[in-house]
This record gives sequence, structure tokens and C-alpha cells, in this order.
Amino acid sequence: MAEQIIFFILAVAIALFSVLAVTSKRIIRSAIYLLFVLVATAGLFLMLHYHFLFAVQVTVYAGGIMVLFIMAIFLTHRPGEIVDRRTNRKVKSSMLLSFGGLIVCGYIIVQNVTRTYSYVKEYEMKMQDIGYAMLGTGKYQFLLPFEAISLLLLACIIGAIMIARKEKSVESTDNKDLDK
Amino acid sequence: MGEFIVNTSGAAVPLAAYLIVSLIMFFAGIYGFFTRKNLVMILISIELILNSVDINFAAFNRYLFPERMEGLFYALFVIAVSACETAVAIAIVINVYRKFGNTEVDNIQQMKK
Repeated sequence: MAEQIIFFILAVAIALFSVLAVTSKRIIRSAIYLLFVLVATAGLFLMLHYHFLFAVQVTVYAGGIMVLFIMAIFLTHRPGEIVDRRTNRKVKSSMLLSFGGLIVCGYIIVQNVTRTYSYVKEYEMKMQDIGYAMLGTGKYQFLLPFEAISLLLLACIIGAIMIARKEKSVESTDNKDLDK
Repeated sequence: MGEFIVNTSGAAVPLAAYLIVSLIMFFAGIYGFFTRKNLVMILISIELILNSVDINFAAFNRYLFPERMEGLFYALFVIAVSACETAVAIAIVINVYRKFGNTEVDNIQQMKK
């Protein structure tokens, strides 16, 4: 019973804050609502007994990505600035699309998924098992995607630096223009 | 999905509840992706979509194949990929702001002046 109550609170928080995050007029509030959604998702992982995933979600998403978002918002917007949205017609059509998809997929889920689960209670994964599965080369082991992700992170670091650095020549011409 | 998997458990929360929660998050992300025209807001919507996929991976893995850990690892890799994507996208947003002075999509006609 307690589990159901906790799940209900987390589910209501996720639904409410994810809708608020995409409809809020002030962009910094959207970022904070997104932070609440991410933390509530970490709570869902904890309810599924995935403790490692919970830790990764809190550190990477709610820690790292949210800091990136907030710093980017502070670098590119005045705080408290109201950002306007698209035209009314666009809002209506995309709301129609979202609600239609929500209803269709929700109908499919409610009709088909209710009888088909088998939940093993109090089954907790050991950290050693996760480590062996992540760094093994056998069947159901994940060394290759792990290495691919490490290469991707390296490429991402280099790409982000390449994109965000200031170009020297453009900078100097801009300064000349300002001087005139 | 067939009916050959029997409900053995008396789990407190059914699988469909997790799927519905992630569904709401997913379509909120879709709505934001279509309606907002600020680059940072579009990025926030993409984060919502990716996060809902993570919930689905974890819930399917726990409920349907609790002795395996494929869903756990794919959720981990999706988190890593989305971290990369956010870092590069925010670099692009800051660069766009430096060139154009704002981050609205409508005002950006041409990326290289």
C-alpha cells in the first residue's frame, strides 16, 4: 500500500511538472520543472530497485545536465524574461496531435499490457553483476557499447569545444566594427 | 504481447502504470517540441522525450525479464548519449546567441554569415 501511495505521488509529480515544463512562459522556470521531473524519474528507478540507475540519473541528469541548462539559460537570456510562443493555430494543431497520440497509445497500453507481467519481489541486483556485465565480452555483456560510449564522449568534448570557441578573425573584425 | 506470461507476483504497481506515466511525459515533450520556438526550450522537450524512454526500458526489463539487465544498460547508454547531445547542443545554442543575439528559431535564417 505504501508503495502504491509513493508511486502515485511520483506519477502525479511527473505528469504535472512535465506539462508545466513545456507550457511555462519563463524559461528558467521550465528548467526547474524539468529538474523536478528528472528527480521524480530517479524515484521511479528506485521503486523498480535499480539503485545504480537511480544514482546515475541523479548525478548525470539532475546534476550535470541541469547545471549545463541553467548556465546556458543565464548566458543567453535575461532572467525572468517572458519568451513568447508560436501562433495560435500551431498551438492548437500540435495540442491536437499530442492528445490524439496520447489517447491512442494509452488505449493500446490499457487494453494489452495489464495481464502480462511477472514481477519478482525484493530482487535486487548486485553491483558486482553490473560491473561484470558492463566489462565482459561474452553473451549479454556490454564491453563494446561501453567503449563506443567512451569514444562518443570524447568526440562530444572535442566537438563542443570546436563549436563554442571564439573564432579569432571574426572576433577581431567585430572589434574593429565596434571601434568605428 | 501474449498471455503466456502469468502474473505471479502481486506486484503493488502494475506495469501499465509505469507505461502511462512515461507516455504522458513523452507527449508533453512532443507538444513542447512543436510549440516552442526557443532553442533551449526545444532542448528541454527533447530531454523529456529521452527520459520517458528511460522509464520504459527500466520498467520493461524489471517486469518482463527480471533476471537479465539489458534494459538497465540501454537506459544507462541512453543517459550517456543524451548527456553528449545536450553538451553539443548547448555549445551550438551559445554560438547561435553569439552570432544572432537571441535564440529564437524564427530569427535564424542562415547559420553562416
